[in-house]
Amino acid sequence: MSDMHEHSVAYVRDTMIDQQPAPETQGGVVNWMRANLFSSLSNGILTILAVYVLWKVLSGVAPWLLNGIWTAPSLSACREILQGATGGCFSVLTERWNQLLFGFQYPSDLYWRPTLAFVLLFVAIAPVLFYKVFPARMLIFTAIYPFLAYWLIWGGSLLVPVTAAAGLVAGYLVYSRLVTMSFAAGFFGGIAAASLVWYLAGLVPFGGVLALEPVDSRNMGGFMLNLILGTVCVSLSIPFGIALALGRQSSMPIIKWICVIFIEFIRGVPLITLLFVASVVLAYFLPPGTTFDLILRVIIMITMFASAYIAEVIRGGLAALPKGQYEAADSLGLDYPQAMRLIILPQALKISIPGIVNVAVGLFKDTTLVSVISMFDLIGMIRGPILASTEWNGVYWELLGFAALLFFVTCYGISQYSQWLERQLNTDRR
Amino acid sequence: MTDTAVETRTPAQMKVSDEVAIQISNMNKWFGSFHVLRDIDLTVYRGERIVIAGPSGSGKSTLIRCINALEEHQKGRIEVDGTVLSSDIKNIDRIRSEVGMVFQHFNLFPHLTILENCTLAPIWVRKIPKREAEETAMHFLEKVKIPEQADKYPGQLSGGQQQRVAIARSLCMRPRIMLFDEPTSALDPEMIKEVLDTMVELAEEGMTMICVTHEMGFARQVANRVIFMDQGQIVEQNEPEEFFNNPQNPRTQLFLSQILGH
Repeated sequence: MSDMHEHSVAYVRDTMIDQQPAPETQGGVVNWMRANLFSSLSNGILTILAVYVLWKVLSGVAPWLLNGIWTAPSLSACREILQGATGGCFSVLTERWNQLLFGFQYPSDLYWRPTLAFVLLFVAIAPVLFYKVFPARMLIFTAIYPFLAYWLIWGGSLLVPVTAAAGLVAGYLVYSRLVTMSFAAGFFGGIAAASLVWYLAGLVPFGGVLALEPVDSRNMGGFMLNLILGTVCVSLSIPFGIALALGRQSSMPIIKWICVIFIEFIRGVPLITLLFVASVVLAYFLPPGTTFDLILRVIIMITMFASAYIAEVIRGGLAALPKGQYEAADSLGLDYPQAMRLIILPQALKISIPGIVNVAVGLFKDTTLVSVISMFDLIGMIRGPILASTEWNGVYWELLGFAALLFFVTCYGISQYSQWLERQLNTDRR
Repeated sequence: MTDTAVETRTPAQMKVSDEVAIQISNMNKWFGSFHVLRDIDLTVYRGERIVIAGPSGSGKSTLIRCINALEEHQKGRIEVDGTVLSSDIKNIDRIRSEVGMVFQHFNLFPHLTILENCTLAPIWVRKIPKREAEETAMHFLEKVKIPEQADKYPGQLSGGQQQRVAIARSLCMRPRIMLFDEPTSALDPEMIKEVLDTMVELAEEGMTMICVTHEMGFARQVANRVIFMDQGQIVEQNEPEEFFNNPQNPRTQLFLSQILGH
């Protein structure tokens, strides 16, 4: 450096400069505040204004929260205790806690069953969500869980979920045997085998074998109903969404058009219409006397709705992959299912995570729409039995605030998980 | 047949067998109404190293992509390793597993490690046990001189390293024919040599190779035939000496003067 003559162009470096640490940023609270809060006059004014607004909000909410009454039998009792002072009447939450969680018709001596199912849910999804931490063997429990949870929540004979599982296993076995010949043979053969098992099992009367006390779908309610609908519909709509997205890209025109029409139709219809169809209209099309469980109907509708959206999100992920990935997979001789499963979908799904989570969170919140078709989920319970009761008529803020908090915690948890997952899967620049 | 003994011979002296590896006759292809490949006739013998040159848009990449059915030809006949290319998917998959391909942009799988990139196809297509596939992969990674990168992800490697991994990935399938689609065009000048060295080594082992490339030094060194294409047609083909020193077609002369003259 120093040897450079003023007008000469030629220059030869004789020593290379080693890496040096970056200059340290100046610390200190005052420096930070000066840089971030009061860097100019207008920014200073905005800071002071923001602090003032924050103070107003907090000074209003804090006494309401801190002064809250947690033990009182009714709203009027609450008001007597408060004597006109500011304070929330949170005792509605403690009084009606079980109703908020389980609905008002679920037998109270059976609350342990859905609670156990809820706890086991975490055991079941842990190896899926944190596949690096938990052993793959735990996935066996994940496979059993849906049937176990059904048995716990709805009760009845254990043989009902067992035959349901047996049908699926039979279908899968036939599928894997026939799929080497052709996919269509495997697909329809599998469906036929599963139906056969279910039909034969339907002929056997096993009403009381290993039975728990049955609880009817009508009696489900509260946040439990939201959780059932949310979990089932999200976990079903992802595989359906993948199938629809791949179908939409298919080179086979019939499959392609079925998928396109399905997606466009379902996306073009409000969810609430579909729910009304499920609750009212569908009954006209079914033969009289058939009982087609309402929750099942709602699950089908919400799953269809969500899978159409997820299909479009995944289609975006598929389109974002460079064509070279398809070509590299092809040139190595991988067939279509292998290329999709090993190369294309892992990458496309990774790109689609934010979109899928967006749909999943939206779907979970949309499960509260079932209150419109007179199902008593969390919102249905609040609007119906609780607010309509003489004791708690008028307790809006506390109840709806609680519902908001419950949904927020769940949805924020999902969102945080998805961001963590994205970081885990980021192999591009590590 | 493929396991010819490794001998140190200069390319020109290397004997090419009489066995036909690829036979293309009267092949035509259109992109929409654009006639990209016109009446292509080409016979490649086992052990031959062919370099295809030509201006961009002349159809040279499309030609080699037709050989492993990444592009579909509309007229004519392509026979690879005794199998005629048809729309039968099983035929296509079989040909693809016998024909390795190296792309301009490497096309490694970014979500898999280098080792997994190399073992994926042998495990799933060839049904080779994982342990054995990993041994083969390490063998070829050593051959392309990057065994120490096996557990990294493609995004952590330089372009030249990625391209050598791509070559190793193809070799792990033990292909009988290798296609190279401008393998050095996306590389920094300093990295071109390391990839070309790998390709030269491969050629010296007697691999049947078709390379689309602008590296004329490589063509002189290893090719036993150079093909010049323009406007979707084979304009001229000859042995490298003759091709470079004594080009016949005026289009070839112009092309060579432009790429060698600067």
